[in-house]
Amino acid sequence: MGHQFRPASVIAYLLFALGALFVLPLQAQQVSIITSFPKELTDIYKKAFEAKNPGTTVEILNKGTSAGVSYVRETAVGNRPDVFWASAPDAFEVLSKDGLLVKFDPGIPGIPAKIGAYPINDPQGYYRGQALAGYGIMWNTRYMKANKLPEPREWADLIKPVYFSHVASSSPSRSGTTHLTVETILQGEGWSKGWMQILQIAGNSAAITERSFGVPDGVSNGQYGIGLVIDFFGLAAKNSGFPVEFIYPGVTAIVPANIGLINGAKNAELGKKFITYSLSEEGQMLLLDPKISRLPVSPKTYAKAPAGYPNPYSGKIKSKVNFDSDLSEARYYVVSAMFDQTITFRHKELVTATKAIHEATAKLAAKPNAQGQKLLADARELVFTPVVDETKVKDKDFLAVFRATKRDAETSKRVTALEEHWSSEAKKNYAKAMDLARQAAALAR
Amino acid sequence: MNSRYAPVPTAVAIAIAIFLMAFLIVPVLSVVYIAFSNADGSLTLAHFMSFFDLTLMRESFWNSLYVALMTVLMASLIALPLAYFTVRFEFRGAILIQTLGVLPLIMPPFVGAAAMQLLFGRSGSLNLLLSEWFGFGIPFMEGLNGVIFVESLHYFPFILLNLTMALNNIDGAMEEAAQNLGASGLRLFRRVVFPLAMPGYVAGASLVFLKVYDDLGTPLVLNVTNMLAPQAYLRITSIGLEDPIGYVICFIMVAFSLAAMWLSVQVMRGKDYATLQRGGNSLSKRRLTPMHAMLAYGWTVLVLLLVLSPHLGILLLSLAKVWSYSVLPDAYTLAHYVTVFQDSSRMMANTLLYCGLAALIDVVLGAAIAYLILRTTLPGRQALDFMATAALTIPGVVLGIGYLRLFKGVEMGGAVLTSSWVLIMIAYAVRRLPYALRSCMAVLQQMHVSLEEAAENLGAGKLRTIRRIVLPLMIGGILAGFVTSFITATVELSATILLVNAERLAPMSYGIYLYMQSIAGRGPGAALGVIAVVIVALGTYASHRFIASRAVQIEMKG
Repeated sequence: MGHQFRPASVIAYLLFALGALFVLPLQAQQVSIITSFPKELTDIYKKAFEAKNPGTTVEILNKGTSAGVSYVRETAVGNRPDVFWASAPDAFEVLSKDGLLVKFDPGIPGIPAKIGAYPINDPQGYYRGQALAGYGIMWNTRYMKANKLPEPREWADLIKPVYFSHVASSSPSRSGTTHLTVETILQGEGWSKGWMQILQIAGNSAAITERSFGVPDGVSNGQYGIGLVIDFFGLAAKNSGFPVEFIYPGVTAIVPANIGLINGAKNAELGKKFITYSLSEEGQMLLLDPKISRLPVSPKTYAKAPAGYPNPYSGKIKSKVNFDSDLSEARYYVVSAMFDQTITFRHKELVTATKAIHEATAKLAAKPNAQGQKLLADARELVFTPVVDETKVKDKDFLAVFRATKRDAETSKRVTALEEHWSSEAKKNYAKAMDLARQAAALAR
Repeated sequence: MNSRYAPVPTAVAIAIAIFLMAFLIVPVLSVVYIAFSNADGSLTLAHFMSFFDLTLMRESFWNSLYVALMTVLMASLIALPLAYFTVRFEFRGAILIQTLGVLPLIMPPFVGAAAMQLLFGRSGSLNLLLSEWFGFGIPFMEGLNGVIFVESLHYFPFILLNLTMALNNIDGAMEEAAQNLGASGLRLFRRVVFPLAMPGYVAGASLVFLKVYDDLGTPLVLNVTNMLAPQAYLRITSIGLEDPIGYVICFIMVAFSLAAMWLSVQVMRGKDYATLQRGGNSLSKRRLTPMHAMLAYGWTVLVLLLVLSPHLGILLLSLAKVWSYSVLPDAYTLAHYVTVFQDSSRMMANTLLYCGLAALIDVVLGAAIAYLILRTTLPGRQALDFMATAALTIPGVVLGIGYLRLFKGVEMGGAVLTSSWVLIMIAYAVRRLPYALRSCMAVLQQMHVSLEEAAENLGAGKLRTIRRIVLPLMIGGILAGFVTSFITATVELSATILLVNAERLAPMSYGIYLYMQSIAGRGPGAALGVIAVVIVALGTYASHRFIASRAVQIEMKG
């Protein structure tokens, strides 16, 4: 046995393998794309683009939207990926403000300037709409039937006690699409009323998932009944045969999912070629694949879509909200941090308080009691009021705190102090509200 | 034991030290440094204080501790009876326990968690059945308890394996003596057997503690965010690499893990558990009374069912067309396997390459360190052991972040180091080195030095002795080390997620994670998971066969 063991030859082989692998990537021309889109979508585009451009490989770098933004920022100029491709327009706002994108116009005719009042392409020309997306509600029909739940139509339906612990949502800091949903509600309903609705929906939620995909996944496999999702998640699940339905509620915004050329890219020419392809008639057709189920940005493509495919240009999807991405971008960190500190990390407490409020409401409805109603109103006020009021969130100095570099002890202290304040405030309010609601319920007996 | 060739061992020791400094110590220190410095580089304790000002962080700290301790407790409750049955009684399930007990380790914890959601989740098969029959459900998978449930099932083999080994090494005469003095049943176990097996138990338990303390995947899949590892990950990926609190969390995790390991060493120190004779003379196995046999078999079957449930869940998912709110999938298909083989054979190749190379590096380093420690008198050689073992306490997230910071912009052979696969492979090698090192140390400790002295007396040089005598005799331990490193590297995700910068470079663990992020991808993701389990299981089986056949050969030669 000893004769067969030759460390030297193993090491030589190893060195050879190492060398071979270093050379390998240099052989083909390569376009690298950083994206938050699921693998089926990127796989379909990768195959189609490579087939059309022999000798070219498409390299996919899959990261969540915000992780993707920090990745581009952290990578040295010249080594960055070529194309940024993701849903959230505000992430592109962040990228273009930080000088991480370059202007590029593929010059493809036939794409309208606006969807509703929202510009499809960046007015400054840094990024372009590649598909359209609306936000809505998806539910599992088997789950709904088994739990005897009515089908929801509007966001406001989701705050009803009947849906308690049947809803799921993600967090804006984790998922660009959830951030858009939250902003859509905030802009559609106004800051205070919007937060009230968001807090109530979160109180009815069984979970705040880590990635936006956790929601459609959980609804598809029946862990949750109802989820707040971006349209293609719902449509793709339905088209893949899952027992789910999807609707656009009244307060929705149709916004473009974007694609843009990164500043300091390794291979900008190929990047341009990919962007052009994704916007061409052929590239747009790919979006209709049942596994993708996205809304093309080119109106012509809908003529070839299967019957019943939602068409945002037909006027059937009512989008009452004119999404303001400047506003969204300005308060990006505040909204994310508020959501995490008062909802994601305090979810258990929020759910307990919401449950107590639902119970008290039911009892008081059966046996009205004036003092009980007052206590209950106080409890609601405590739980469903945002920790930051409307005037404060317009304050420029306040917003600036979240943008400064966090490495400085001073800034870091201010930010953590704010976070601590929100978090402990939320915890205290939820506990107190639960007490009040229980007292209110006791009065109804 | 002479040092005629002192220059060679010294050079080897220095080379190993440089490797460990570059890929373990310095990256970790660079992370720690951020936790204690301002943007301009000046040192500060402010971030550290901010951490403890945050209620959420204090809560996360206690939650992580609670989950880790409870998991150790639960894992012990599962492992203790199993180990005791197999070693102390005539029990036919022994082989079954030994083989199937390893199965959880070869599945990435997050895949296990996802699969267990389907079986034990709020609308999982079990709860659907329960609510149909009895009208209630059990929240197995909710919150911290869910994490504890999943992690205990995943990590109990560490305790089982170590404990079984320790029990096997106990001299049967000890137990006989105790019995002669009138001890029996629980008292015998509590006062004699368990204390003698203590070193093995503590080794296993501290390993479980460390693994659970730094596990990221399971809490994330179960949507539990109030723990340290998820908080570090969430802060660093959403606020960015500049967020100091994320680094403070990393520092605390490292410090705590080191402390836990130090404590486990302290507990054992000064207690001499060695018995004079070992092996061959263990107590003849006792017969179980029918009652006890029932209990033993019952417990074993129950545990095995639980242990196999993630594998079953992932297998069903990989074959399911649509599985939604039903006890079992609606219809079955092989399409997902076709998809995986068409699209992702690259990932399988990557896994084999990275983990193979990493495991190879591990056994080379492990064997070298073991030799330096046990066969030379180099000053400071214990430091190598300490450094290599400390890798056990470094969470994957911390190592990943350290690499990203330290090697940012560094080029090697025309490619940027942070966007090549070399770092992924090295991260695996560094993180799994302790396993290979332990195996190599164990086998070299059991080998009497007189064999080498004999060879040298016959005129063989030191290097020739190593090549012809030491390495061949160590091969079993080296192979065991290789397999452990390889298996555990294939399921590693926390550092992988940070270091994979292109799909082309992704290993299977990352591929599974990626697939699992889309509706149509769950099936292929599960299929990839099943393939990973099969590859690893085959590897383990083959190496067991190899070790067994060599053991027979050596015995026959002897």
